[in-house]
Amino acid sequence: MKRLLFMLVLLSGSCYAVDSRQLSDPKQQESYETLTKELRCLVCQNQTIADSNAELASDLRRQVSEMLAQGKSKEEIIQFMTDRYGDFVLYKPAFKGKTLLLWIAPIAFLVIGLIAVLLVIRSKKAKEKLTSDTGALQSDTEKQKKIRSLLDNGEVS
Amino acid sequence: MLKYIIPLVLFIIMAVFLGLGLTLNPSEIPSPFINKPAPNFSAPKLNAPQEKLTPADLKGQVWLFNVWASWCVSCRSEHPVLNDLAKLNAVTIIGLNYKDDPVDAKKWLDTLGNPYNISIMDQEGRIGIDYGVYGVPETFVIDKKGVIRYKQTGPVTVVDLQKTLIPLLDKLQAEPQ
Repeated sequence: MKRLLFMLVLLSGSCYAVDSRQLSDPKQQESYETLTKELRCLVCQNQTIADSNAELASDLRRQVSEMLAQGKSKEEIIQFMTDRYGDFVLYKPAFKGKTLLLWIAPIAFLVIGLIAVLLVIRSKKAKEKLTSDTGALQSDTEKQKKIRSLLDNGEVS
Repeated sequence: MLKYIIPLVLFIIMAVFLGLGLTLNPSEIPSPFINKPAPNFSAPKLNAPQEKLTPADLKGQVWLFNVWASWCVSCRSEHPVLNDLAKLNAVTIIGLNYKDDPVDAKKWLDTLGNPYNISIMDQEGRIGIDYGVYGVPETFVIDKKGVIRYKQTGPVTVVDLQKTLIPLLDKLQAEPQ
């Protein structure tokens, strides 16, 4: 427990190190916050520019806040960033031909998995049915007698 | 039999994909600039801050645009390679001194040698953003028409120079203006 708490403290530390920017217009501030959470820091690739304290992330935050202050729309800012850094700068990749596989694959794997599970269940059921059928045969005393005499005498008595 | 073949096939497919994944470099991001005109700038020269350089000044020449900084560790390993390239006189080399202190930058060139025909200053990193710079050093090759033809992220090595850059520069120098 102590160790867990210690780890949490270590993790939380990195969240406060970022120099977030304040815009006077609350609406722009809101766009600033969503945008910085949608753009990837290209230096530390698993962080958004809102999370990262890399220099480049700080420069990109400045760029976003300046463009918002100039009255640029979110789309224009996203376009500005993808023109320069490619689609990779988008934390959430765009849905288009090139990224189709990325979006479809999880669903495809789920469907394949479900089909596999169904097939396994079916074959198990068929097997169960088979054993219960042979069980019924064994309980048939008449037939058992016949088998026994066949084994014992080599002929039907 | 199928019972054993299916897992084996699945394993082989996974192994192949994971193996391919190991050979990729995740920090290499394809540049959207290839075959696009070099973004414009007008930046003060490091050695003469009152003078400015723009890409239009370099029309008609093949030039190398190398992003560097005195704080950048891998620039230090790249520097001798650029010095060698400069001696060949094969190309105009422009340096973008990125987010650096001009005093440190000048000292760096004085001690390590200056391969750049001109270095320009980008103290706020704005030209860097326009060129999609995310890791210094980066090198762009720009043709006579002002179009970016190649980009390398990370230090240029002697092998890069011999295998990629020099053949490319020869090809671009042969193109009409």
